[in-house]
Amino acid sequence: MIGRWIPRRAPILPRDGGGEPWLAAVIAVLCFLACLSAVGAVAADRAAHGWVRQLRAEATVQVRPRVNETGSEAAARAAQTLAGVTGVDEAEAMDRKTAEALLRPWVGDAVLPDLPLPHLVTVRLDPEAPASPVSLSRALAEAGVDATVDDHSLWRGEVERSAALITLLALTAFLLTAGGAGAAIVYATQAGMAAQRTVIETLSLNGASDGRIAGLYQTRYALLAAGAGAAGAVVAMGLVAGARFLGGADGVTPALPVTWGDVLMLSPCPLLAATVALVAARITALARLRGGR
Amino acid sequence: MPVQPRRAALTDSATETVRLSGVSFGYADGPDVLRDVNLILPAGSFHFLTGPSGAGKSTLLKLLTLARRPTAGALALFGEAAGEAPRAALPVFRRRMGVVFQDFRLLDHLSAFDNVALPLRLAGVRRESWAEDVEEMLDWVGLGERMNDRPPTLSGGEKQRLAIARAVVTRPELILADEPTGSVDAAMGERLLKLFQSLNRLGTTVLIASHDEALAAASGATALRLEGGRLLGGGT
Repeated sequence: MIGRWIPRRAPILPRDGGGEPWLAAVIAVLCFLACLSAVGAVAADRAAHGWVRQLRAEATVQVRPRVNETGSEAAARAAQTLAGVTGVDEAEAMDRKTAEALLRPWVGDAVLPDLPLPHLVTVRLDPEAPASPVSLSRALAEAGVDATVDDHSLWRGEVERSAALITLLALTAFLLTAGGAGAAIVYATQAGMAAQRTVIETLSLNGASDGRIAGLYQTRYALLAAGAGAAGAVVAMGLVAGARFLGGADGVTPALPVTWGDVLMLSPCPLLAATVALVAARITALARLRGGR
Repeated sequence: MPVQPRRAALTDSATETVRLSGVSFGYADGPDVLRDVNLILPAGSFHFLTGPSGAGKSTLLKLLTLARRPTAGALALFGEAAGEAPRAALPVFRRRMGVVFQDFRLLDHLSAFDNVALPLRLAGVRRESWAEDVEEMLDWVGLGERMNDRPPTLSGGEKQRLAIARAVVTRPELILADEPTGSVDAAMGERLLKLFQSLNRLGTTVLIASHDEALAAASGATALRLEGGRLLGGGT
């Protein structure tokens, strides 16, 4: 009787039409959040490195004028001295107007004219071989300038610590969402196996090993998670691409600079989601089968 | 590496397909449903297991399919100790037997074709090597024209024949059938009996549990009788 039409092989496990679309939706949302967390971690790390690099490339010198010398004169003399030090690209005395502009956001306009401002010199260091704070202090002392050199090390440490914290939080959020996806799969596998108990018994009595039955569940949920992961990743990629596109070269904001590379970084999300689902479903199914439940 | 059942020198696998030695079984804290059952089914034999409802026929078949384990005594299948075999070894035993369940145990979401093919798919056999066999099997039980239909659309008798086709499609060494003619008319019952007899002639050991003693008598097979959990005749 060869030649009759035989339909494509149906999946051995029956579909859970009621629950699977909702599970897919949950996993898609979790993957979307995980993608954003991952991009957030990478962008925070990138921002912190940028800020630290910027802080490393500059130093600020506070100058105290001698008797019969104005602050501007002392600052100009210090700038001239520092400009000749090896490892310094440029040294510029900060005039009062520039100093007031820096303080205005914090103290406002009302008190600025009466406020005694320090006399500062901004030093831009050679990024390849920057001058050390010690060499700057020595040069100033030799020139008879009473000054204090600040290499921003205090700020740098705080920025690095803050960035590390943000990266850690983002990675924690990523792992929690991945764990949440795994927990959802565990729950779905248990619920599916409880609902399909007679099917499992039938498969078992027809010669299916525990590994074969677990394989059916792991394949089902891995495929489901791959599809849902792809959906979540595509939405996240669109959001990140939009942020990058709108923000130009610096991304959406200098505080969280995203790159086109971040968009590509999300492409393995479906594979990762499928792996998490596969492992969670297999472990759950085997534990349930061997527990005889 | 495939798991092999533990070997035991309980039986001669060439001559005995089933051996029960002093087997008892009870559910949870209840009384024993089977008591001190001793039974040998030689390879290639044909037996009917009769007895009133509640005698323990279905329970005995559950022990033989390893769905339940004896609470006492020894069970050997195909010459191997099976009563205490590890769970991982059960598929090895089950792939050597075909079972027709009283409640059919068909998968409603699969077509008749896929239901019959199920044991072959589970055993990992390539479709090319069995697709024709499955079609022939469906033709043999009179369901060749319904291979794409699902069990909910079949009558009780058709489901029964489908369950039989699934049980025998792997050409098992042992066929266990629980009331296989219970849902069919006399003519179909006779046809199914002939089907089992022809399988038996090919060397398959057959054990049919049935309350239909007339059918058992007509079959010419050795009759075993269970009453109150005890095997009264035809055993060892």
